Amino acid sequence: MRHLIIGSGPAGVVAAETLRKADPAAEITLLCGEAGPPYSRMAIPYLLKGDIAEQGTHLRKEVDHYDRLRIRLVTGRATAVDTQARTVSLGQGAPLPFDRLLIATGSRPSLERVPGIDLPGVRSCWTLDDAKAILDQARPGTRIVQMGAGFVGCIIMEGLLSRGVDLTILVRSGYMVRRMMNATASGLLRSWCEAKGVKILTHTQPTGIASEGGSLQVTLKDGRILPADIYLSAVGVDPNLDFLQGSGIEVAQGIVVDANLQSSVPGVYAAGDVAEATDCLTGKRQLNAIQPNAVEQGRIAALNMAGRPARFKGSFVFNVLTTLGLVSSSFGEWQGVAGGESCEVLDERRYRYLNLQFDGDRLIGANTVGFTDHVGALRGLIEGRVRLGAWKHRLVEDPTLIMQAYLAAAHSVA
Amino acid sequence: MQKSLHIDPNKCTGCLQCEMACSWEKYQSFTTAKSRLKVFSFHHEGRFVPYTCTQCDEAWCVIACPVDAIRLDPVTGAKIVLEPTCVGCKVCTIACPFGTINYVAQTGKVQKCDLCDGAPACAKACPTAAITYVDSDWTGLDKMRQWAGKTDTNPATV
Repeated sequence: MRHLIIGSGPAGVVAAETLRKADPAAEITLLCGEAGPPYSRMAIPYLLKGDIAEQGTHLRKEVDHYDRLRIRLVTGRATAVDTQARTVSLGQGAPLPFDRLLIATGSRPSLERVPGIDLPGVRSCWTLDDAKAILDQARPGTRIVQMGAGFVGCIIMEGLLSRGVDLTILVRSGYMVRRMMNATASGLLRSWCEAKGVKILTHTQPTGIASEGGSLQVTLKDGRILPADIYLSAVGVDPNLDFLQGSGIEVAQGIVVDANLQSSVPGVYAAGDVAEATDCLTGKRQLNAIQPNAVEQGRIAALNMAGRPARFKGSFVFNVLTTLGLVSSSFGEWQGVAGGESCEVLDERRYRYLNLQFDGDRLIGANTVGFTDHVGALRGLIEGRVRLGAWKHRLVEDPTLIMQAYLAAAHSVA
Repeated sequence: MQKSLHIDPNKCTGCLQCEMACSWEKYQSFTTAKSRLKVFSFHHEGRFVPYTCTQCDEAWCVIACPVDAIRLDPVTGAKIVLEPTCVGCKVCTIACPFGTINYVAQTGKVQKCDLCDGAPACAKACPTAAITYVDSDWTGLDKMRQWAGKTDTNPATV
């Protein structure tokens, strides 16, 4: 059996490893879009900070890891998938044949449509090469104008500031990380960042970027002009799906997959950022571009590819973010649901916040700022749809009793 | 045969010798806040429940780690955080549905129970045998179930 995996991020690598365990005789090829060993984008902020060297970003540390598992690494980018001939084209050279295919091509930065977005000096911070280019250029006093304060925009701030740069952040909406945090949590993050010397301009966006005398001029919609050495675009990511045009594989927001993570074409699977799977809470199909989702889908898809039926239990949306040292997290339906209830504790001075959302006596979502102990139990309670019984009222009175509620309620049904 | 921590909350008096022993073993200081095993108080019931990683077979933390910093100790079965490799991204802390791997701000790394290389300090320190280190051949989830059966904190009864 020839297994071909497109994409060497966490989903692709875990899939390759799972395939090797499940099918010792199979041929496994991992197509890597970037040269060098597979690495983790999650580690890039720590490379920027200087905490780790490039090797520290590698998904697997042993240099012979892939050889030892007989996983063939091929560098190249897929340009087309022929589901009839069962081949993947690379634009040059012979197409790669497959019996089973996994598409795990991840995401790429979405760029705002603004004149000048293609100028040199305009960067994203997504790949290892992006990070190295920023490290090359960022010096004390380097003026960085960053568009966007979502997950990536926030998590790279510490690395940038550690280089002594002068950082200005533009936020189109009024809120930072609005896709994972409620307004209160977002406000805490903003005041934390401002206290650390980051300039944050909300309700604004650039209308144009121009190059002048070796630096950039960023024009905002109110007419202000900000000089910059680097314009950093961090407005979100889109799944890498362009090469699937004409393949016959059904694509909505992402590749539509069933509970086995198989696409509309038998034998072709998808995992990670590109897979549009069912959410375990809402039952709706959606993208879920986070590391734990990628590795779980990679594992499940690989088991199915190896002929061992495995069901994906559904996507669980959650994330943890560190913004200049302030840790925040979000779980499930943190926005709440109609007819639901919520409770919270807020200590603005200490930057601590905990918001819980309930539907009946079940916890369905949470936001935390400055709380890190035992937060995994929030996942256990929410994803496990644990009935809290009497503990719901105790949590409403004191939301910090999460772990007690978890021990009491979850373990009687686990 | 591999051994695992066996916790019987009915025997726990809340003395926190286990937390003291754990923090001493790992940080050479008696700082219960740093303990990898925590004793939770249930004031309504007047009970104490010690709780830590069960080294579950699902190994959510190991799978979620983006930099391969959590490894299996083949001798003890413990999942061990390699501190020099851990970047402190905390993905494992939200991935573990048991809440038993946690971020330590002072070190910038995560920590979890590693069974002290096969001689858990908490079990040695426990004066009432609420925490013991015993032969095991059941999975993490079964351990949880067994353990759950020994707690009387079921909400239906309170």
